[in-house]
Amino acid sequence: MTDATTTTPPRRMRLNLNVLGPLLAMVALIIIGATLNLSFLSAENLTNVAARSAFIGIIAVGMTFVITAGGIDLSVGAMAAFVAGVMIMVMNSLVPVMGAGVPLVLVGMAVALVVGIAAGLLNGVLISKVGIEAFIVTLGTMGIYRSLVTWLADGGTLSLDFALRGVYRPVYYDGILGLSWPIIVFAIVAIIGELAMRHTAFGRHCAAIGANEQVATYSAVKVARVRMATYAVLGMLVGLATIMYVPRLGSASGNTGVLWELEAIAAVIIGGTVLKGGFGRVWGTVVGVLILSLIGNILNLASIVSPYLNGAIQGVIVILAVVLQRERWSTTWKTWSPRAGSTRWSFFPSKASL
Amino acid sequence: MTDPVLSAEKVSRSFGPIQVLFDIDFDLCPGEVHALIGENGAGKSTMMKILGGYLDPTGGGLRMDGKPVSFADHRQAEAAGVIMIHQEFNLALQLTVEQNMFLGRELTRGPFLDHAAMQAESRRLLEALNCPLDPRLRISEISVPNRQMVEIARAMGRNAKVLIMDEPTAVLTGRETEILLDQIDRLRANGTAILYTSHKLDEIARIADRITVLRDGHLVAHASAADMTPDQMAEAMVGRELSDLFPEKNVAQTETVLEVENLTVPGHVRNASFTLRRGEVLGVAGLVGAGRTELMEGVVGLRNATGTVRVMGKPLPGGSVLAAREAGLVYLTEDRKDKGLLLGKSLRENLTLLALDKFTKVRIDKAAEDRALTKAFTDFDIRAGDREMHAGNLSGGNQQKLLLAKTMLADPDIVIIDEPTRGIDIGTKQQIYQFISRLAAEGKSVIVVSSELTEVMGLANRVMVMGRGYIAGELEGDAITENAILQLAMKKQDEEAVPA
Repeated sequence: MTDATTTTPPRRMRLNLNVLGPLLAMVALIIIGATLNLSFLSAENLTNVAARSAFIGIIAVGMTFVITAGGIDLSVGAMAAFVAGVMIMVMNSLVPVMGAGVPLVLVGMAVALVVGIAAGLLNGVLISKVGIEAFIVTLGTMGIYRSLVTWLADGGTLSLDFALRGVYRPVYYDGILGLSWPIIVFAIVAIIGELAMRHTAFGRHCAAIGANEQVATYSAVKVARVRMATYAVLGMLVGLATIMYVPRLGSASGNTGVLWELEAIAAVIIGGTVLKGGFGRVWGTVVGVLILSLIGNILNLASIVSPYLNGAIQGVIVILAVVLQRERWSTTWKTWSPRAGSTRWSFFPSKASL
Repeated sequence: MTDPVLSAEKVSRSFGPIQVLFDIDFDLCPGEVHALIGENGAGKSTMMKILGGYLDPTGGGLRMDGKPVSFADHRQAEAAGVIMIHQEFNLALQLTVEQNMFLGRELTRGPFLDHAAMQAESRRLLEALNCPLDPRLRISEISVPNRQMVEIARAMGRNAKVLIMDEPTAVLTGRETEILLDQIDRLRANGTAILYTSHKLDEIARIADRITVLRDGHLVAHASAADMTPDQMAEAMVGRELSDLFPEKNVAQTETVLEVENLTVPGHVRNASFTLRRGEVLGVAGLVGAGRTELMEGVVGLRNATGTVRVMGKPLPGGSVLAAREAGLVYLTEDRKDKGLLLGKSLRENLTLLALDKFTKVRIDKAAEDRALTKAFTDFDIRAGDREMHAGNLSGGNQQKLLLAKTMLADPDIVIIDEPTRGIDIGTKQQIYQFISRLAAEGKSVIVVSSELTEVMGLANRVMVMGRGYIAGELEGDAITENAILQLAMKKQDEEAVPA
């Protein structure tokens, strides 16, 4: 990294479970998968896993910023369904005017992004300007979006115009160099996210706000603006994920995107981002998403454990990831910073004046 | 002399390869205040934690009432009557005074809590401390000195035989300190053994019966308090003679750099007006609750305020710390742990947070950040074991220096420093005083808000004294005396000056 160019003495290399944990888990899963079923390692299967990861993955990258800044967003699954519904309705209604062509698909994409950003901004304004808890706000908007899309679909399914589907289809099914578009978009989002988190003031400010909002305020960080931006970015990425998702089935209903929020949050936590905020890493989130998809894929391919237990195994992984995280954080000040509540540890080895 | 109730014999303690205490003998007798003093890092906290059951000694042992004793943890120590009151309080903010006082040992009647008995007992304990607080108030609703009293009352409720007080007056003003010292006198008269630490040596001289001085983990002096002057204490702590603590004062220039006009911070300060000249050190004195911090936070945009603030003649838009920083006006908080530094983050990230834009062109230039850290280490004499360590692991004095370095990185013209030396040792204090003086000599302007009168008098060209929510008056030059400041601070406020 950039450290190589500085005069800093090289950091001691040691096996840090917290850093390597998610990667090791992913490697282990790949080895398990390969031993259980030979077709696991086929390019076709692996790209399938990656493509299925892409929707949650794109959202989870945005979620990493929200959580790092000390927030949470439970509304993303419902938001995706709502964005998909609005997008489909707008596109269908414009077919007579614009015809079923590429321009209309582009209009649809723009609608998805705008609706996503607007929905994210609504969360952000309620949280950072009105000052309501993120959990409450997004629990509320989750219900609102979910119910709105059900209402728009009149309890059924909103289907994209048949001719349009043909035009839009390649966005999910085609790609370049054997990689489908969702994978490429996910990769680009992940790379930009990683750079933003580690190397920009925005990322640094998110971590500062999550670690201690007061310190951030006193350090001239525009706390409300940064926090609002995290939700707006997440909303935009929900829009982007929806753009990639709609051509897959060509429809949206009240059941679209159910539990996506939990999968996205789980991926972020497995990746090593701290749920309380203050520390986040995007590459970890990417690994977390892949771990979740790999588990599902392996259970489908191998017949040892029922695929119905997918959720149970994912749950175990999430809890395990947090246990590993705690090993590290308990040795730092984070555990008894004011955010950690008023409980204090009976003994703190790092007390300033030891 | 009575027999000691708790004593340490040849106590040593190491953390890994680093030994921080070497064969310390220390004892606490009933009805006696034994002061333990030393610079930050001298081993005071470690010693207190060993006595309080928070840490085990790695060598030597403890005796209680003459018999060897080893506390498994602090709960066992508390059960034996040894109670430590921490510098950062151990109170649940959302619970009431009474709930806190009985936390973990609630009185019950049958299966239910006996609220009446607990309230009566809380009230009795608080009144014994001359602190008539309503036990039904939440901790978050009462002042910091009152929280201190609740801690002490709680300890008394547990029949403390030994009370270990870790810098109890660090957050108190002069008058509140007096009240606390009176309470300690009363506890002493009742036969409690008290271990007392403070960086304020005049306080030690006032309250202590015996004094033990630690330096770098060694016991360097042990004497009856009557035989030691504050100067001798300071010399024993630092290990060298301290020349004048305060540097020569500079002469302020005539140009006005900051004008505050009719600033009102709702609920705290009403119609405050003052000016600051180039190269001037303006001291701000007043009791806790006078609104000093709130006024300064209003000036830099950290609090909602009405009125005008002009920097170099240009009005400052309200409510924006960033705008103030860009105009060259910065505020260094009194609360370095909660508002100043990200304790769980690296020194580098802390250093550059305020002036991050100077290191950023889309991408943060980490090499430049590292150079800034190296420079800060030398410029501010920050002593860190490891460049990658977290800010929370620095000693208090080094944290304060890091906070100074962070603030100065924004290259301000006007620096407001709130409690520049709270909770730090005398050697570091002297460095910070010199630094403030140097800033003024370089043509910057400094406002020093402080509860330590000596500090205000030793540094400031001019002193502004605040009463409750208003500016009570200003003193300049030879008129700056302790008496004059106190008179202004205590002055009965005018009818019209009731804070909004």
